[in-house]
Amino acid sequence: MTTDSSVYNDRVVTVLVVLSLVWAIAGMAAGVFIAAELVWPTIDMGQEWLSYGRVRTLHTNGVIFGFGVSALMATAFYSVQRTSHVTLFAPRLAWFCCIAWNLAVLAGGISLLAGWTSGKEYAELEWPFDIGITVVWLSFAVVFFGTIAKRKVKAIYVSNWFYGALIIVIAMLHVVNSMAIPISIDKSYSLFAGAQDAIVQWWYGHNAVGFLLTGGFLGMLYYFLPKQADRPIWSYRLSIVAFWAFTYSYIWAGPHHLHYNAIPEWVQSLGMVMSIILLAPSWATMVNGVMTVAGAWEKLKTDPAMKFIVLALAFYGLATFEGPMLSIKSVNVVSHFTDWTVGHVHSGALGWNAMITFGTFYFLVPRLVGAELYSVRLANIHFWLALAGTMLYILSMWGAGVSQGLLWLSLDELGELSYGFRDIMASMVPYYALRFVAGAVFLSGAILMFYNFVKTMENRTTVTRRIPEVQVASNAAEAVA
Amino acid sequence: MSVLGIHRKLEENSGLLIFGILFVSAIGGLVQVLPSVFQDELVTPTSETQPYGPLELLGRDVYIREGCSTCHSQQVRPLLAEVKRYGPFSSAGESAYDRPFLWGSKRTGPDLHRVGAKYSDAWQRVHLIDPRSVVPNSIMPAYPWLAERAADPRENIQTRMRRLQMLGHPYSDDQIAQAPYLVSDKTELDAIVAYLGVLGDAAGSDGRMAH
Repeated sequence: MTTDSSVYNDRVVTVLVVLSLVWAIAGMAAGVFIAAELVWPTIDMGQEWLSYGRVRTLHTNGVIFGFGVSALMATAFYSVQRTSHVTLFAPRLAWFCCIAWNLAVLAGGISLLAGWTSGKEYAELEWPFDIGITVVWLSFAVVFFGTIAKRKVKAIYVSNWFYGALIIVIAMLHVVNSMAIPISIDKSYSLFAGAQDAIVQWWYGHNAVGFLLTGGFLGMLYYFLPKQADRPIWSYRLSIVAFWAFTYSYIWAGPHHLHYNAIPEWVQSLGMVMSIILLAPSWATMVNGVMTVAGAWEKLKTDPAMKFIVLALAFYGLATFEGPMLSIKSVNVVSHFTDWTVGHVHSGALGWNAMITFGTFYFLVPRLVGAELYSVRLANIHFWLALAGTMLYILSMWGAGVSQGLLWLSLDELGELSYGFRDIMASMVPYYALRFVAGAVFLSGAILMFYNFVKTMENRTTVTRRIPEVQVASNAAEAVA
Repeated sequence: MSVLGIHRKLEENSGLLIFGILFVSAIGGLVQVLPSVFQDELVTPTSETQPYGPLELLGRDVYIREGCSTCHSQQVRPLLAEVKRYGPFSSAGESAYDRPFLWGSKRTGPDLHRVGAKYSDAWQRVHLIDPRSVVPNSIMPAYPWLAERAADPRENIQTRMRRLQMLGHPYSDDQIAQAPYLVSDKTELDAIVAYLGVLGDAAGSDGRMAH
């Protein structure tokens, strides 16, 4: 635990990266397991701890809060020091964030398997965990904003705005959506009921996607992409416009999860309009990223990290286009409740979140321990496994989702239902089998990466790096470049 | 001062930046979500909607615990094909006593908002213990443990009802006093079957029956 203020505090970053990798494997393995259960429903062997309804929440919590948030904490701690030219504020508190967060996700994961759940999607952890998470999150805020407050660079760099938005908005969403009356240690009743609970839940749920899976990871993009391309971000002005437009418009989009549900019509329509508008800031950021890479294309041939990040940008563009399309009520009428939604989530989660994290880690891990990557060849194999797995996943879920949506709504010439639900469900087997294969392919790539990093880090410790003398930078973009 | 000049202030003052983010991100919630939270009609029960009885309430909590809502929606959309397949479309008032709401986001299995009238309790029991014995190509998990557990092992049904009473559910003190006797010899299977049995009871109020 270094208290030397002339060096960066990177040990906590290394530990967070390793924990994030462990969660990636565990969370994705849980995903592959539940994908298998949908093909072979008896593999739970009648054990409640292996039952789909419980393992599914372990999967989502493991990948979002274990893999995702650990990666976000790691990269936020790494980049905020370097964009501020100071060591972490309150390093002990940073260690507390690292350890307490991961213990909470671990214990929380076990509690989910034991059947403790609030039943609210992506906010399933029960009230004792909700309180614990709030404490850790506030500590994260203190470390992060404390570091910014003592920065030696005048301007706050754009990656920090996104990490800042992640911290602030998720705190707001989590506290409001988790409000509940406890019954016992493992059970509570939501403070909101019915339609109101639905509106609050999807305000939370959609913006957990917005500010954690999109905003947080955009912070990662804005720091690590320019670093890897070795060029400043293409347009600083565009990043300003995109940031505020993103922060303002995302919040409104939640009700597109409740199209044709029993909530007021104006809430649905407003949610739809704002979801479509959201395409503009999303793609502004994508253009900014692609233009930053332009001119550094030759790196794609040699640098596996760069490949992952560029591919992540492509899937970011795809997912942020598909999202607004799915929010149009006449499209949503087909896609709602189907596997199309699952495919859409995974084009974001695998294609964007996982890929950009992999790319960032391929850049970061060798630097943290001061070594070359153990095997570039393995990293390249991982790249193709990740791409193949993601594509197979999306295609299988498009097939499943579009056919479910159309067949459920299909009426014959007499106006009667054309197909029974069970027949439609039975026709899903090939798609679900393909999805299982897709997940297994993606997971095997992640395991290769894990092995590659273990070999890279073997017998090494985190390198201590001195903080360079403050350069006089007229704006934040130059300070980073 | 140019727009970029104004923005420079935000970029150089972390307190301003925090406030700016909080302000800009809160607007949507204040305009779009907050009014709904104070719109009483959204949680005014329909004339047919009853608060859950003690056994049904325990059953609902089992339904939540097992993550049934990860595969089953409880929300019939106002579309011809849905009304034909499931029954009258769902209204907000029917969920007035639902904490949390269980409308769901995915139909790996069918919607259950009107399931009460469709199957007998006996069918539900068999189906929960061994789904494939009645639906050969079902991919639903089996729930054998439900038959082996007491419906209220912690004996806290009264706490549950009292907390809900606090939140405005119209339980009488008499109902709460009687509750333990109604659930004492029941299993979790009895409870969830009782819950599934009342799903859809409030359908048809407000003239929403299928034409």
